[in-house]
Amino acid sequence: MEAAAPARTAIRPTRLRPGMLLAGLGALAGAVALGVLIGPVGLSPAAVLRELADRLPVLDVTSGLSEQQQAILWQIRVPRVVLGGLVGGALAMAGAAYQGVFRNPLADPYLLGAAAGAGLGATLVLAYVPGVDGWPIDPLPAAAFLGALAGVAAAYTLGRSAARSRTTTTLILAGVAIASFLTSIQGFIQQRESDTLRQVYNWILGTLGTVGWREVALILPYVAVSSLVLVLHRRLLDVLALGDEEAESLGVRAARVRLVVVVAASLATAAAVAVSGLIGFVGIIVPHAVRLLYGGSYRRVLPLSIVFGAAFLVLADLAARTVLAPTEIPIGVVTAFFGAPFFLLVLRRTRRVA
Amino acid sequence: MHRPRGPLIAVLLALSLAASACGGGTAGQEAAPTPSVVAGFPVTVEAANGRVTLESRPERIISLSPTATEMLFAIGAGEQVVAVDDQSDFPPEAPMTELSGYEPNVEAIAGYEPDLVVMADDPGELIDSLDALGIPSMSLPAVPTLDGSYEQIAVLGKATGNEGASVGLIDRMSSEIAQLVATVPAFKTPPTYYHELDDTYFSVTSDTFIGFVYGGLLGLENIADEAKGASSGYPQLSAEYIIDANPDFIFLADTVCCGQSAATLASRPGWESLSAVRDANVVELDDSIASRWGPRVVDFIRVVVAAVSASEPDPS
Repeated sequence: MEAAAPARTAIRPTRLRPGMLLAGLGALAGAVALGVLIGPVGLSPAAVLRELADRLPVLDVTSGLSEQQQAILWQIRVPRVVLGGLVGGALAMAGAAYQGVFRNPLADPYLLGAAAGAGLGATLVLAYVPGVDGWPIDPLPAAAFLGALAGVAAAYTLGRSAARSRTTTTLILAGVAIASFLTSIQGFIQQRESDTLRQVYNWILGTLGTVGWREVALILPYVAVSSLVLVLHRRLLDVLALGDEEAESLGVRAARVRLVVVVAASLATAAAVAVSGLIGFVGIIVPHAVRLLYGGSYRRVLPLSIVFGAAFLVLADLAARTVLAPTEIPIGVVTAFFGAPFFLLVLRRTRRVA
Repeated sequence: MHRPRGPLIAVLLALSLAASACGGGTAGQEAAPTPSVVAGFPVTVEAANGRVTLESRPERIISLSPTATEMLFAIGAGEQVVAVDDQSDFPPEAPMTELSGYEPNVEAIAGYEPDLVVMADDPGELIDSLDALGIPSMSLPAVPTLDGSYEQIAVLGKATGNEGASVGLIDRMSSEIAQLVATVPAFKTPPTYYHELDDTYFSVTSDTFIGFVYGGLLGLENIADEAKGASSGYPQLSAEYIIDANPDFIFLADTVCCGQSAATLASRPGWESLSAVRDANVVELDDSIASRWGPRVVDFIRVVVAAVSASEPDPS
């Protein structure tokens, strides 16, 4: 097997052990607890815990939080933490899936024009749709969503038609070309409509600063469906790592698996990008950190990327809203600033162990 | 081609005659009318980019700053303006073009053959490029106080040969503002406010011109001042923080850019509990008026004063 495809490293399929999942869920629970207890406004942790307990059906305790403080906790802080988890999980999962499907360690949600398409869609709305009052749905996430799917579709079609051999490299190159093209159109519109320049800029750097339960409800179905699809494909991604011919010989229809995985990952990316703007680094750092810690089998990488991605983004957002409080830092800045050193740390540690 | 020249020469003659009359009638020297000579020129003024000397009265001004555009038209220099940037939407008669103050195209600017270019900030090497072309330019950036506005109006007056009108405008503005400020009730505890620049909660600190109007002039207290030092004068606040601060007044300077209103604000999650929402103290401003340090600052102050005076609960 190895001899037939020397360039490809076969992944030793290994099952996800309960301990690993527990570690991931523990990290996520810790991140969520910190995210809910800490914020730019100092709510006393004891009062927050009492308020949380009060929401349990059996308990009736008085938290001592004022009406404003309750609004801060339930309308702003908690949905923001939940959304951070959803976005982080979705981006990390999509990154892992792209890396598997294209057998390219550098693949991430920004590949294939998904994020660039979403960016263009959002820019079009910001620049040319004046007021959005009274619209049944906010056109911005919808446009970002359509843009992401259009970007992926264009890259996929172009990549397939460009090379008969359907190598993954052509697909990635097509994705890069499409992304540059879409970004250039976005830059042109921004220049023409400089009124909206700062809004677009905010959006490009990513923010969870203005979100609420509405956004959670908006993306939850898409993240849930795409997570389900991708987790169900985790074994096939391991097979795909052997190369298309090997996979076919094992009875796996490689092209079809690839299409399904790409669509699901793009759906997750678009959902995340639609509510939070462009948050870089999560899709590439988290899956690789998981690989370094737990091995490269997608049976582990996919589910663990979801929980660790969620934990990572919840913590990154915590930093974004507290480090310079009451000022916000764009979360994309935080993910890169904390993500890169963290990744190097993991890289060093595993090298030493190996 | 000949017809328009006749009246022009007549006007210039009359002007130079008037000038010579004022000068005490040294008739011999003023006899030949030279179009470029207008009383008071050459003149040297001080702008943010240093001393600028104008050999003659500028007749082909380009303004790349919406505030400067408003100032120029308010001091009667509108006739001398040939082009303004794509953001200069006031007054309506200003010759708006595609020129951009953010990403200026030197060639496009030079194409208008300007004899003076006014901008807020030099976004790159614009002033150097214009210098190389021999086109005088002035940078008049955002100012921290009203005195800064008056200074810029005076500078523009001097530079464009409209000194009298500029002095008149400054007098008018300062007396109107003084009258407005006088009607503000004395506060026992200063009301707090939040000034919103866009729907991602960018705001202003008291270090900015807008912050000065609220604080330095009207005595309100800015909730964004907590973020001073952490960032520029334009911090992005956390929603949590704004709600916890529970400002007495909310001023929306994002009604145009971002379609915000008292209604959209009240519908934001968690914001309905704010006292400014309950007491109807959410004030919708015009984005442009509430971001420029030009003559329409009087209108901005009028709106704020009206809101503050109307809601002061017990003037006791």
